[in-house]
Amino acid sequence: MSADLHDLGFLEVAEALTQKRASSEELTMALLARSEELESKLNSLTWFNREAVLAEARAADAARAAGDNRPYLGVPIAIKDLLNVKGQPCTAGSRILKGYVAPYDATVIARLRAAGCVFVSRTNTDEFAMGGSTETSAYGTTRNPWDTDRVPGGSSGGSAAAVAARLAPAALASDTGGSIRQPAAFCGVTGLKPTYGRVSRYGCTAFASSLDQIGPIARSVEDATAVYQVIAGLDPHDSTTAARPVDDCLPNVRAARDLKGLKLGLPKEYFVDGLHPEVEQLTRAAVAQCRALGAEIVDVELPHSKYGIACYYVLAPAEASANLARYDGVRYGFRAEAEDLQEMYEQTRAQGFGAEVKRRVILGTYVLSSGFHDAYYLRAQKVRTLIRRDFDRVFARCDAILGPVTPSPAFRVGEKTADPVQMYLGDIFTANVNLAGICGLSVPCGFTTGGLPAGLHIIGPAFADARILQIGAAYQHATEWHKQQPKI
Amino acid sequence: MNDFIASIGLEVHVQLKTRTKLFCAFPAHEEGDPNVAVCPVCLGLPGAMPVMNGEAIRQTVKTGLMIGSRIALRSTFDRKNYFYPDMPKNFQISQQAAPLCLGGAVEIDVGGQPKTIRVNHIHQEEDAAKITHLENSSEIDFNRASTPLMELVTEPDMASPDEAMAFLIALKEMLIYAGISDCNLELGQVRCDVNSSVRPAGTDLLGVKCEIKNMNTFKGIHRALTYELARQVEVLRSGGMLVQETRRWDDEAGVTLPMRSKEYAHDYRYFPEPDLPPVVLDAATVEAWRAELPELPAVKRARFIRDYGLPEYDVGVLTADQALAEFFEAAAQQSKNCKAVSNWVMGELLRALGEQGLGIADAKITPRALAALIALVDAKTINMPAAKEVFQVLFEKGGDPAAVVKEKGLAQVSDAGAIDGFAERAIAANEKVAAEFRGGKETALMFLVGQVMKLSRGKANPQLAAEALRRKLRG
Repeated sequence: MSADLHDLGFLEVAEALTQKRASSEELTMALLARSEELESKLNSLTWFNREAVLAEARAADAARAAGDNRPYLGVPIAIKDLLNVKGQPCTAGSRILKGYVAPYDATVIARLRAAGCVFVSRTNTDEFAMGGSTETSAYGTTRNPWDTDRVPGGSSGGSAAAVAARLAPAALASDTGGSIRQPAAFCGVTGLKPTYGRVSRYGCTAFASSLDQIGPIARSVEDATAVYQVIAGLDPHDSTTAARPVDDCLPNVRAARDLKGLKLGLPKEYFVDGLHPEVEQLTRAAVAQCRALGAEIVDVELPHSKYGIACYYVLAPAEASANLARYDGVRYGFRAEAEDLQEMYEQTRAQGFGAEVKRRVILGTYVLSSGFHDAYYLRAQKVRTLIRRDFDRVFARCDAILGPVTPSPAFRVGEKTADPVQMYLGDIFTANVNLAGICGLSVPCGFTTGGLPAGLHIIGPAFADARILQIGAAYQHATEWHKQQPKI
Repeated sequence: MNDFIASIGLEVHVQLKTRTKLFCAFPAHEEGDPNVAVCPVCLGLPGAMPVMNGEAIRQTVKTGLMIGSRIALRSTFDRKNYFYPDMPKNFQISQQAAPLCLGGAVEIDVGGQPKTIRVNHIHQEEDAAKITHLENSSEIDFNRASTPLMELVTEPDMASPDEAMAFLIALKEMLIYAGISDCNLELGQVRCDVNSSVRPAGTDLLGVKCEIKNMNTFKGIHRALTYELARQVEVLRSGGMLVQETRRWDDEAGVTLPMRSKEYAHDYRYFPEPDLPPVVLDAATVEAWRAELPELPAVKRARFIRDYGLPEYDVGVLTADQALAEFFEAAAQQSKNCKAVSNWVMGELLRALGEQGLGIADAKITPRALAALIALVDAKTINMPAAKEVFQVLFEKGGDPAAVVKEKGLAQVSDAGAIDGFAERAIAANEKVAAEFRGGKETALMFLVGQVMKLSRGKANPQLAAEALRRKLRG
């Protein structure tokens, strides 16, 4: 049994623990052993502490023995190295936070902790979540478990690779412009970017506050739903969380078998030149599968889609330039030795930040500067409104939108590092969802002839998270793509 | 200076009297050890997010209501970006695009000349940490970080340092009155940036503006402005040009000095704070807050003069402290002798409070008891020395004045027979003085009255005593 423990998904682990077929300690040991075996190839984790984690697992087992029957007691989960877990390092993939230990729990962590989860490891990320390949991490590039010459996507590449490689049954990640969905697609796992305001951001090291959202990466829609259900909901520490209640959607997701009565939109703007032919073909096959499951497929238009990337790469860096100002060497993290304050600031940030972060901080500072503010920042805000209205119009007649998650399958390590714009264009289908504040789900929908996974993007209106999860679950019930395992 | 006109505008930063900080649940106004009242939010740790303190909003709106501002029912917050070690996030959460209060005015009076000083707006923002520069290092205390501040920005309506001073005093009085701020200058609860310009008399266009930053005493502001206006006039008189600049006040040298442009030339790159939704107020809430406002000092002063017939001096003393004014008013409403109430409050009550370093809330005497005490004096039931003795008892222990009079046997003796007896004994024992009176020395009577008082142990009605003596000496 124990040889296969790492193969269990989040809900399977919970079941195994509830039925006492395994202990949290055994499970955690199995995951740590597998991590030790595979990490030299993957580099998907930035931290795991055998002793601390095992102590937590043993405590969970003792609690269960004493009658504690919380359903997720002792279930291990990996956490993106951007989310604060009290007592664990939190580097955000940056040298500037090397050695920084979080003094408090993010709200999502506090909720998982209350549910009994064990935080087994921390996953690699592009520096401050800025990137689409995990190559900007100061702690090395994460490799794609399906082909270690390729990137796992990003910024949550560590979480996606770890879940795909069975180093954790599920992981928490964050998505600012596609950072959950794109790596999930590249690694053949399931990723949910919840509606903005559905999950608290308190304790998530901020990149772009009006776009960031925390969500799960898991082996199946059911597992992602289980994690989402724990972390979602109003938080007094995050004023942007919505007051509306979170319905228990797990039973409906588990029962989803067909898509009858649903009208799903297919935007013509998502099938344009530049879309990888095999990705297009796999997406269209997935759409056909949805039709076969009873959905009505209609053509729709999102005319402002093409402005999304430009808009995103003005607004996200603008917010980031302020959010990252606090990393100055004064209070915590890396500090460069210098003669005076100004030089200390300059050297700390010059040595502490990597090239991509510097590029975006400079870009963001520029677009907010006096004289440029109206032409860039203000204009981008207006474009954002137009993009949101595009979706509003479509959702007035459709229940959800289908499309590809990424324009291509996972690319080779180093392939796009020299050309940031090529890298940015990878967010073309995902960033608009963040700009509109709506929800998006990535589910595996097949493999290229080269054996690389592709993802089906299911986009829903604000607070229709349960609906897109049900659609994804019905699709997964009819397909086997999400059950495929990489051979590392 | 007569051939030049000065224009002065103030940016007044006031710390609000709230229990907690602006964006977290940690206590504001911590005066203990440094860096104890801090949390992830006010330290700007990764992942921390601000949550608006509703009490701070209420205080700022109430300030706006007091000065007649238009209250924005939808108000937003912005990030003001600049690097300095006292700013944990290296941006300050402030309001630029849509502040809470717009417009308004404060009435001042300088040397009997009333004047209206217009206010441009009041916005809400967070305070910075406190930084102390030592010889080779600096120390930062984040207890103050994110303390709620409001910034009140005036129009350049003040024409002299005296007017600026009068404005600040009027504002301070109002804020203390309404419980919005303690305005403790020593604790840095009020800090000002002072803008000034001069222009030749007879012209309308404002002159070139100079800003003096970070002033924290009213006296300093007066001195700095006096110096600065003279400096500007001197530059113009000698044919020079003024440049718009930021200066600082060197209190020891008594001069303003230009700051290096690096110290103030910021492009703040304002943009909306994404972590805070707009503050939305409904009209009913604003009206409820308006109903909480106390009567403003100036209005109260006018009313006391009108309703209680008090001289201006009395009114000034009585209204300087809201609790004192309330005490006076409660007593006056139960008394037929308002001036006597005023005299007792300004005299005995303030003296007793001052001696023991107490506040009005600590005094045991009630307004009703004071009114009753005055009634006993007016009815000649007790005389003044006895009344003061009774007051002291009431002040320390409380109770009913009539009961104290009875208990201590302090009632005046007005019985003619008893007073006659005291008068006869006084004359008999002081034949020489009696003879002097009979010889025409009127003042000798006062001595004999004193003797009667002594014989009666202070209880004789002095007026009746004088009459009885007169009768006996002449008769």
